[in-house]
Amino acid sequence: MSNQSSPKKHLMKGNEAIAEAAIRSGCKCFFGYPITPQTEISAYMAKRMPKVGGVYLQAESEIAAINMVYGCAGSGVRCMTSSSSPGIALKAEGISYIAGSDLPCVIINVQRGGPGLGGIQPSQSDYWFMTRALGHGDFHALVFAPASVQEMVDTVCDAFDLADKYRMPAVILADGLLGQMMEPVHFPEDYDFNKNTEKPWAANGHGNKRKHNIINSLFLQPDVLEDENFKRFKRYEIVKKNETKAEIDIEEDTELLVVAYGSVARIAKAAVDMARKNGIKAGLFRPITLWPYPEKELQKAAEKVKKVLVVEMSMGQMVEDVRISLKSRIPIEFHGRTGGIVPTPAEVFEKLKEMDGDDNA
Amino acid sequence: MYFKKVTIITGHYGCGKTNIATNIALDIAKTGKTCTVVDLDIVNPYFRTADFKQMFEKMGIKLVAPIYANTNLDIPAMNFNLTSILINSDYVVIDVGGDDAGAMALGVHHDYLNNRDDVEMLYVINKYRLLTEDIDNTIELMRDIESCSRVKCTGIVNNSNLGLETYAETVLDSLEYADEVCKKALLPLEFTTFNKDLKVDIEKKYKPYPMDIYVKTLWNMV
Repeated sequence: MSNQSSPKKHLMKGNEAIAEAAIRSGCKCFFGYPITPQTEISAYMAKRMPKVGGVYLQAESEIAAINMVYGCAGSGVRCMTSSSSPGIALKAEGISYIAGSDLPCVIINVQRGGPGLGGIQPSQSDYWFMTRALGHGDFHALVFAPASVQEMVDTVCDAFDLADKYRMPAVILADGLLGQMMEPVHFPEDYDFNKNTEKPWAANGHGNKRKHNIINSLFLQPDVLEDENFKRFKRYEIVKKNETKAEIDIEEDTELLVVAYGSVARIAKAAVDMARKNGIKAGLFRPITLWPYPEKELQKAAEKVKKVLVVEMSMGQMVEDVRISLKSRIPIEFHGRTGGIVPTPAEVFEKLKEMDGDDNA
Repeated sequence: MYFKKVTIITGHYGCGKTNIATNIALDIAKTGKTCTVVDLDIVNPYFRTADFKQMFEKMGIKLVAPIYANTNLDIPAMNFNLTSILINSDYVVIDVGGDDAGAMALGVHHDYLNNRDDVEMLYVINKYRLLTEDIDNTIELMRDIESCSRVKCTGIVNNSNLGLETYAETVLDSLEYADEVCKKALLPLEFTTFNKDLKVDIEKKYKPYPMDIYVKTLWNMV
């Protein structure tokens, strides 16, 4: 095999790929604060941003960083912040303000173990936090779950575009393993980051030529606030209809469907391959967007299967979305590891063997 | 392969330092000499030489690492005395953390490590890392590492690779780049390292050093 005809590739760490993809997506300002295992994003931005005419600023805290994003997004500039689980929790208030002001921005969460300070090893225990409760009030953020360093690049580009398009925050939900590992990537050369940059709402100086724009999330009149929420949720319905994404690897006769996202999907894929080699009819469903959840895609993939296995680095969070999507029509089992322990392909394969055995007993 | 008593491995984040340090240590151990690996990485939480503790133990290699390495505690504390390690071991391989930030930990020992015939500090380069694709940037980073660690590099290791997408051409296409770096840095090329499973014919003058790949993700170990 030769790599000569393929596009130019670079070997990159997941965290670096996120930062470089953001720069190439037109991110002009990055406000960060260090925390393991995502600090390389900050370090990379500190080195690169001054060279490309952007701003890198290490804030005095996570709370300061997200509020800088709030101000920057309000002026219509593409901006980003990054952190890991406990740091994202500190940003929650600011994220809610950003959502309540209908502003686009990109937030990177390279998850580590929790609750509390938890640990510094990979985890997926922020699923509910990102998809259900990213801050106070009624709102959603777009949530992307890359599973490779290449997908870190692709989802960051999508996140900036869709955040602008729908005027809402977008989250890249990675984990420590994805952030730290290295894989070859290529950057789309024809990427046009100007396609969504018309922002008539931005508070970027009216020059006495138009009415001034106000960026605000405070609406003291109940009917006005309710109206804002109705409008926002109407937009969410469009997002749910148009922006779900998943990778489906099933065969005509798939009986056991594994559902996993992010780095765990890579492990699940290795386990599914082992199972297939051993005559077990297994397949994989991998959501790429976690909000909106690819409900219809999952329903279709699970149409003919007998059982579903959800694997996560948590006590069982995404499994709830699988149950909601499949309306508990078929048995759904769960396998999870926590504390920074990454499930091995062998243990997922064992679980599949067990489920397959139950079936044939 | 010939190694000096002390081999220090430095370079850009993710250029392959840990895999190279591991290979060198195992090759030394195979000759029956005593070898100590010092994991001096104070910046990297995962994918580090301390991951190979059990393999090293089996091969009789001593591993010295920051006391909290791989314990989930994010404190780069080091509680060992390099001088006593150097006295008690035939060979020492020091795996330094990435970039100038990681090289800082080496500075404590600069008095001992500089200007000695039995110490070499290898600067590992990879043409396919975005920030060191350009020769000037590659040299600039080496100078940053030298000024931060206060130890001078003595040779270059060309470890250009694209991970699992490394082919014979990937390595061959990097030889010229490595030559240029050596010329500009006024340093000799010590090795051209590559996956030993790769069928690639590299001229002797590039000092080919085929290696095993130890640093892997879980799903690539199946």
